[in-house]
Order: sequence, then structure tokens, then C-alpha cells
Amino acid sequence: MSILLDSDTKLVVSGLTGREGKFHALNNQRYGTDLVAGVTPTKGGQEVEGVPVFNTFRDAVAQTGANTAMIFVPAPFAADSVLEAADAGIGLVVCITEGVPAHDMLRVYTHLRRGGATRLIGPNCPGVLSPGKANVGIIPADFFSEGNVGVVSRSGTLTYQIGNELAQSGFGNSTIVGIGGDPIVGSSFMDILALFEEDDQTELIVMCGEIGGDEEERTADFIAENVTKPVVGYIAGFTAPPGKTMGHAGAIVSGSQGTAAAKAEALEAKGARVGRTPTEVAEIAVDILGGGSG
Amino acid sequence: MDLLEYQGKQLFARHGIPVPPGQVATSVDEAFAAGEEIGYPCVVKAQVHVGGRGKAGGIKVAQDSEEVCEHAQAILGMDIHGLRVDEVWIEKASDIAAEYYASIVFDRSARAPLLLLSTKGGMDIEEVAEEDPEAIARLHVDPLIGFQAFHGRRLAFEAGVDADVVKPIAAFLGELYAAFVAEEAMLVEVNPLIVTEDREVTALDAKVTLDGNALFRHTDNAGLRKSSDEDPQERMARERGLTYVKLDGNVGILGNGAGLVMSTLDVVAQAGGAPANFLDAGGGSSSEVIVESVEVILSDEKVRAVLFNIFGGITRCDEVARGLIEAFDQVDVKVPFVVRLDGTNDEEGRRLLAEADLPQVHVEKTMLGAAARVVELAGEDASE
Repeated sequence: MSILLDSDTKLVVSGLTGREGKFHALNNQRYGTDLVAGVTPTKGGQEVEGVPVFNTFRDAVAQTGANTAMIFVPAPFAADSVLEAADAGIGLVVCITEGVPAHDMLRVYTHLRRGGATRLIGPNCPGVLSPGKANVGIIPADFFSEGNVGVVSRSGTLTYQIGNELAQSGFGNSTIVGIGGDPIVGSSFMDILALFEEDDQTELIVMCGEIGGDEEERTADFIAENVTKPVVGYIAGFTAPPGKTMGHAGAIVSGSQGTAAAKAEALEAKGARVGRTPTEVAEIAVDILGGGSG
Repeated sequence: MDLLEYQGKQLFARHGIPVPPGQVATSVDEAFAAGEEIGYPCVVKAQVHVGGRGKAGGIKVAQDSEEVCEHAQAILGMDIHGLRVDEVWIEKASDIAAEYYASIVFDRSARAPLLLLSTKGGMDIEEVAEEDPEAIARLHVDPLIGFQAFHGRRLAFEAGVDADVVKPIAAFLGELYAAFVAEEAMLVEVNPLIVTEDREVTALDAKVTLDGNALFRHTDNAGLRKSSDEDPQERMARERGLTYVKLDGNVGILGNGAGLVMSTLDVVAQAGGAPANFLDAGGGSSSEVIVESVEVILSDEKVRAVLFNIFGGITRCDEVARGLIEAFDQVDVKVPFVVRLDGTNDEEGRRLLAEADLPQVHVEKTMLGAAARVVELAGEDASE
């Protein structure tokens, strides 16, 4: 069955009337995602290629039964939009927007965790794709087919790279989740690994981390205690110098904290195998699962 | 974004946090005027984004106007760990009775601000943390409730500050927290936080890091960036809206997406090469972005070969190829390029490159193959 998205997904998009939001939402719709609504304050009553636009998330949910939101508004408005979607009772919010202020995310994260009713993916993430079922975000779905490998990653294009290597080795995916590259994101590696662990379709999990913070290290402990399925890791940023942010707001080595080597070692110490290159990740997957099983 | 000490102190002062009176000076004349206004003794402090200023001779006490001029003369223009001193901060010297340490860090793993207080101020806090972790009192603040008075008291008692300053230290922490939140800081650190002979609590230093993503709400702070500290390539890239980090090697790198670029640097290093930079051209890069990126990468004279590693998603490989062709038209390219295009419109991209038949452009199928090739080319050229 895949995680997060499936054929029951009903998508509402905040920012549907914007250029980028429209482009990607319609792409998601073409893939087969049930795009039911858009939300843009003051543009309620309009339509975008036949999709109704509402002034508020509350209206959109009441009128269409939307259960998943994609946030595509500019950074200054993203936290507000996430909170509005949660307030309207939406269970899954995927925030693509990059550059969301860290203090905004501190409040959003704490509030959502306390409520417990809404799961947030992102911000600054490529979204979620369950091949063959639904796509919410900007992941180029054509490169992925349905299969038994779950992928969770902090980065977008690196995920495509690794997904492509897996595809060339004959593997498809249950779900691909980009959790985002910011210091505080709604869902952690651990949150997603727990979902993959429970998912029948997923037989192996690929986890793509990068420098910064200590989440990969803590995830290693979590894997040892809670994950029975094989986990193959990859960590980007071995060559990153301390004190420099490598593109993602969260990707920074501070002192001896957050280095790629420490993360790879932590994962290996807890029994996860770590590929040194994206290609090697696919090779390890072949080794574990004995060749692609689609 | 890191602030200079005096910028941090001015920010503190705006939030009612006590700091010694001072003035910034960029010349000996200004330093003289500042000294006369502030009075003596005063301290002349180099303003650069680097630690160890005192040991490098960048902090000096002046007893009179002659000494202010002398110290300003010596410190202005001084090189401290590779950074030129363009400004000095001149502030009234303080009588120090006790040196404490206070900071608030954005603790991403706890997803909450973390307050630290210690009576072991004036030294490297990381050493204190290692040698005597008990000497640092710690407390997380719930971001939805914010700082409460008891937080300050608890920290002050746990750290063991002098009994007569428990209340002022607790209040200081409250003001520091208010500044941390109001200015959307990722770090505020006061080391040392002093108690004067008159039992006044004052921030003798200020280290402030602001969230670059929040500067749109703090337009005054946005102007505080000290561009002369930036590497010329990094400044050029920032002005063009590119995400670029200068590194030490000779292989120029361009990719799309931070994770993929980091991974590209890693595979180049594994192939025996040394990356010259990190450059994320971003999602949906237009050909103009590619031309600008090539200019930035090649403005680093150490670059001997360049690797383009693109996995097209939003980014279209044909657009990248067009950009590269334009760049060769507009920029005098003297080094070889290795180009690996995969993903959206990759075939069209490769066809365009083949058709343009650019000199010294090598197309590779895989990321590892491309890394090996560019390292080989950079090495060959360097040995000429």
C-alpha cells in the first residue's frame, strides 16, 4: 500500500492561482492525483483549468472533502498557510516553499505536534510521490515506477539521482518522501521510517541524509530499536567545510557537529549499510534484495 | 547572517540590554573623536567576523587620546586570520568583578530555543562544556509560551551566580530572549556577561547570528552584512542570487539542488579531485542563470576544469545546454568542461551540445564517469 498518499488522496493547493503552483498542481493532476481545489484569498469562485478556487481552506474542505494540502505560496506566507490548512482539519500538509523563517517553523512545528491531527512534510522539500497512485509536489514522476523500495530524503535532485540508479537496477518505489533541508521540518526521518516499517509494500528503505544537525545520528538509534526492514543510507557533504551553509539552510557543519563522516559511522554502527556514492546505494539494494523485483 | 560585535551590541541596546557605551570608527580621526566623547580608559576593539581577536592584538586598552590614536592606527587595516580590519569599536572600559556566560541557541534537535548560563565566562565555552559540563546551566523554552520569569531564576540559581545579582541576571536573560525572538536570531551569545564593581550586569561582548530567511521582516538588519569580508566570488554570486560557496580546489562545480551538488563534490573528491566551489543553480534554472554561474565559477582563477552535473526535474536539460552554449559565446572559456545531463529533456540537451560542438566540452553519461573525467582533465591542465 504506499505511505502518506494513495488513491484516496484529495488534494487542495494553496497558491494554485500562482504560476509555479498552477504548473506543478496540474502536473500532479495529470499524474492521476485527485486535485479537488485551490485556495487563494479573494480569488474564491474562480477556477483554474476547471478546478474550483476557494477563499479559505475551511471552504475548500467543506465543499470538496480535501484531505491533503500542498503549500506553494511565497515564504512570508507559508507558515500562515500551513496553520490554516491544519485549522481546517487537513491531515497531511506538504509544504514545498523554501526560505521559510526558522522561528516561524518553531511555532508551527510545536503547534502541530501538540494538536497531533496534522502531519506536515517540509518545508523546502520536493514533496511526496507514491508511484502509480498519486504525486504531490515537484518530483518528476516519470523516472519512478511502483515497487518495493521506500525512499526518504532531505534533498530533491539527489533523490532523483538515487531513484534513477535504483530504477536502472530494476527497483521501483512504494513512496518517495522529501522531508526538506531546513533546520526544522514537519516530519523527521524517524517519522517516515516508522511509516515505512508498517507499510506492506515497502521491503527496503533508502535514507538520504546530509550534513547538519544530529538527526541522522538519532535516527540510527531509532533504526536499531524500531525498524526491522533493511535500511540503506547515503550521506551527502563529506567535503563540506565547517561554518558554511551548503545550499540548504540546515546543511552546515558547526565545529565537530553534523559532519557526514559522523552520520555515516552512526548509521553503520547500528547495522544500516551506507553507500559512498548514489551508485553504491543501488548496488547495496541489489545485494540485499537479490536483484530488482520491480 | 553573522553580525559584528558592535552591530550585536547596537541590536542589544535597542532591546534594553545593557552594553557599555561606545562608538564605531573607521579612521584614526574618528577614533580620536570617539575616545574624547566616551572618556578614558577606553577599549579599542577590531571588528571582524572571527574569534581570537585579543590574541591577535586586535583589542587594546587606551588610557588617553594619544593611546586611542596609536591603537586605532595599529588595528585599522590589520589582518586577523585573513580578514582585514576596516572598523574598530571604541567603548568605555569596564571594572570587572565577575565574568559569566549567557547564550540562546536555536536547538534544532529539540526544536526549541536553548538557554545556557554559566559563571565560567570569558573563556571558550566549548572547553568548559567538555571539562566541566556541570558548570553550564541549561534550559529549553517552549516557543509557544516563551520566556517566563522563573526560567531566569532557575538558570541563575543553577549556575550559581552571586546572590546579589540573581534578579538582574534573570532579568537580563529575559531581555536577551526577547531580542532573540524579536530579531529572529539563530544565536545570541554574551561572553563575557560581566558584573561590574558597582554590581551592574552588562554585556561585554555580543555574538549574534540572524536568520537570513527572516531578513525580509527586518530590513534594517539586512543592511548589516559586511560585504568586504566576503570572498569576491561569493559576493558576485550573492548579488546574482546564486547559491555559491568558495572552496580550495581547482575543479569548478555546477549542479541543481543542494543535495546533488554536495554529493557531486563528494564524488569528485573520491575520484581524487579537489572541488573549487559549491554552486547550486537551483530549480528551473534558465539559460541566463547558467551563463551567470559560469562567469562566477570561472572568475576563480584556480579553476582548471568544470563539471556540470544536472538531474533535470523542474530544471530542463535543454535549457542548461542552451545556457552553456551562450556562456561559451559570451565568456572567454579557457578550461575544459565535463557535462552530465540526466532527467527532463536530457536527450535534447545532449543533442544541442553535440550540434554546437563546443571546444573542450566533454559529455559523460554517468555522475561517477563525469567525476573521474573532470578530475583527469583538471590534473592534466595543472601539470602543463
